[in-house]
Amino acid sequence: MSILLNKDTTFIVQGITGREAVNLTKECLDYCTKVVGGVTPGRKGREVHGVPVFDTVAQAIENHGSQIDGSIVTVPPGFTKDAVIEAIDNGIKLLVIVTERIPRSDVAQMVEFANMHDARIIGPNCLGLIVPEVCKMGGIGGPAKDASKSYKPGVVGVMSRSGGMTTEISSSLTAAGLGVSTAVSIGGDAIIGSTYAELMPYFEADEETKAIVIYSEPGGRMEAQLADWQAENNSRLPIVAFMAGKFMDDESMKGMTFGHAGTIVEGKEDSATEKIKRLESAGITVVERIDEIPDAVKERIGS
Amino acid sequence: MIFYEYEARKIVELAGIPVTKYGFCQTPEEARKIAEEIGGPTVIKSQVLTGGRMKAGGVKFADTPDEAAAHAEEILKLEINGHMPVGVLVDPKAEVKQEYYASVVWDGTAKKPLMLFSDMGGIDIEQVAEEHPDHVGRGHISNLLPVGDYEAKQVIAATGVTGSQLNRATPILAKLARLFRENDMVLAEINPLAELTDGTFVALDAHMEMEGEAEGRQKKLLRKELGIAEDDTRDSYVPSEFEKNVKEIDAADHRGVIQGKDHGFEGNLGLVIGAGGGSLTLTDAVRSQGGKPANYSEIGGNPSVAKACGLAKEVLKKDGVEKIAVMMSIVSNTRVDIVARGVIKACLELGKDPAETIAIFRIPGAWEDEGNKILDYYGVEYCDRSVSLWDAAGRAVAKIQGAS
Repeated sequence: MSILLNKDTTFIVQGITGREAVNLTKECLDYCTKVVGGVTPGRKGREVHGVPVFDTVAQAIENHGSQIDGSIVTVPPGFTKDAVIEAIDNGIKLLVIVTERIPRSDVAQMVEFANMHDARIIGPNCLGLIVPEVCKMGGIGGPAKDASKSYKPGVVGVMSRSGGMTTEISSSLTAAGLGVSTAVSIGGDAIIGSTYAELMPYFEADEETKAIVIYSEPGGRMEAQLADWQAENNSRLPIVAFMAGKFMDDESMKGMTFGHAGTIVEGKEDSATEKIKRLESAGITVVERIDEIPDAVKERIGS
Repeated sequence: MIFYEYEARKIVELAGIPVTKYGFCQTPEEARKIAEEIGGPTVIKSQVLTGGRMKAGGVKFADTPDEAAAHAEEILKLEINGHMPVGVLVDPKAEVKQEYYASVVWDGTAKKPLMLFSDMGGIDIEQVAEEHPDHVGRGHISNLLPVGDYEAKQVIAATGVTGSQLNRATPILAKLARLFRENDMVLAEINPLAELTDGTFVALDAHMEMEGEAEGRQKKLLRKELGIAEDDTRDSYVPSEFEKNVKEIDAADHRGVIQGKDHGFEGNLGLVIGAGGGSLTLTDAVRSQGGKPANYSEIGGNPSVAKACGLAKEVLKKDGVEKIAVMMSIVSNTRVDIVARGVIKACLELGKDPAETIAIFRIPGAWEDEGNKILDYYGVEYCDRSVSLWDAAGRAVAKIQGAS
């Protein structure tokens, strides 16, 4: 089992003729994902690795003959909002936004529009999500053969603010024999479509998932939100967290951003130290070292 | 982008919020002239991008134009928290009956802008929120629907404010919320928002901050209305040589991204690391194991050999750097062989032995086998994904400690 995706999930790629999008399309197709169309305005009639390209989302759906489930959005930042709203307006319910550097107000508008239409956004500034050996939506894990190396089916749900660390952590879980149920690169921006706490109910409902691993960074209140969620919901899922960027707690680093746009320590609450405290007080295991994750998961699920 | 007070006031004014008849200037003579035009007691305020102006002596009151000029002269020379003022603001001394607080900020959890209002203005809002929570009103606004005056009214009324004060403050908070949204602000604050003895409301001080990613589409405000130059980045600190050089190398070529920072780092182990999350994890791992990073860096998005080489060279050229550690979380897009080629080239071009200089190379992923061949040839120690980021960092630290 899995969250958000399954073997029948169909999707399109908006901005499919871009260099990165062409690679991403091939990677997804090679991973047996159903990419049923692409959209680039003015490029109707082309093909990208055999995937037909259209001018509009509506044309792609018409060609497919039935509703399409999702869309990977890889258009430039200035056009992303329009593309996402076009997709949602055409009934698409799952959006993965790969694009970086989208102004916050645009992201917030897309999220509000998605909420009004019961659609879910993953990202922006993310690599998407993967259900090992079933489907991947986005560049997560890279080419199919590399993705197969890092991701094997298993019991751990992974959520990460860093795309690269999603794979690094999943690879260690795979090597430890635990495997991954679904891994989600949630994005590194200050405002994102789906936070840890917002994805928890999906993992909670997925029987296959036995534990959660999150990768966190300084900045924002997403970890506090997860701690609150965990305290309120008494989830069956043990959570193991790793917090990177502890060095940013140094006074000399105040007000600086490292890594992702969202990593800036503005108040006391968004520092690494403070977040670790909050997570731990909600019963979440916070490991000091990245390589301690698999053992911590085993201990929490008692295997 | 953070704005100076005189710019923030202009933004407020453009949104139709009343302000005092202030003037911005850069010489004592101009300050005198503005004070003459105002024709009464004035306040002279340093224009710096830092807090604590009052305490530092950056805000002074003057009764005459001569006094205004004298204060301006002093303040223009006064450094505050390491910042020199860009000028002074000359403001009529207002007859204040009561001070209020109004702001709009992002609430990342709700993913909506949040309006804040208090009838206890002039002081730090966090302190008010802690000590007098019933004096702080809060309300989210939609990202899509127009901001209604009633939404502002509800927030203000929640603090107990009523009567003409409520009716005068309502359009101000509503306008502030609209300007926040329209101008891509991340902070729009009026503190104090003053009720004068004649019952009118004016913004006596304002803080505004615009989101960096949105500057491109806010050119009309930035360039035309405020006259801010394209190269005026307002960095909170002056970038180092290293940071400037890395930025230049990155800009010279569109393939991939490299970033480097050394603000606050003074160690002997150069870090050529990536990607975003991997860099944070690795920097911690080096420090936790007793290593002293000379810098922070990020490689991502499959950079060219020249870029990887350029970054490694800049790191190696830093004072006190004895070795570099080349490490990344598992890569899927960035090619291992290209980074390997780049860092080895950097060593060779600087007349260093790659085997000696590169403490460890840990980049598993795309084109790994090709990368390993090159590393083998030059005798560089490398490891695959079975060695964790923590252990790779530990090996680098052990090597440099063994060497010195």
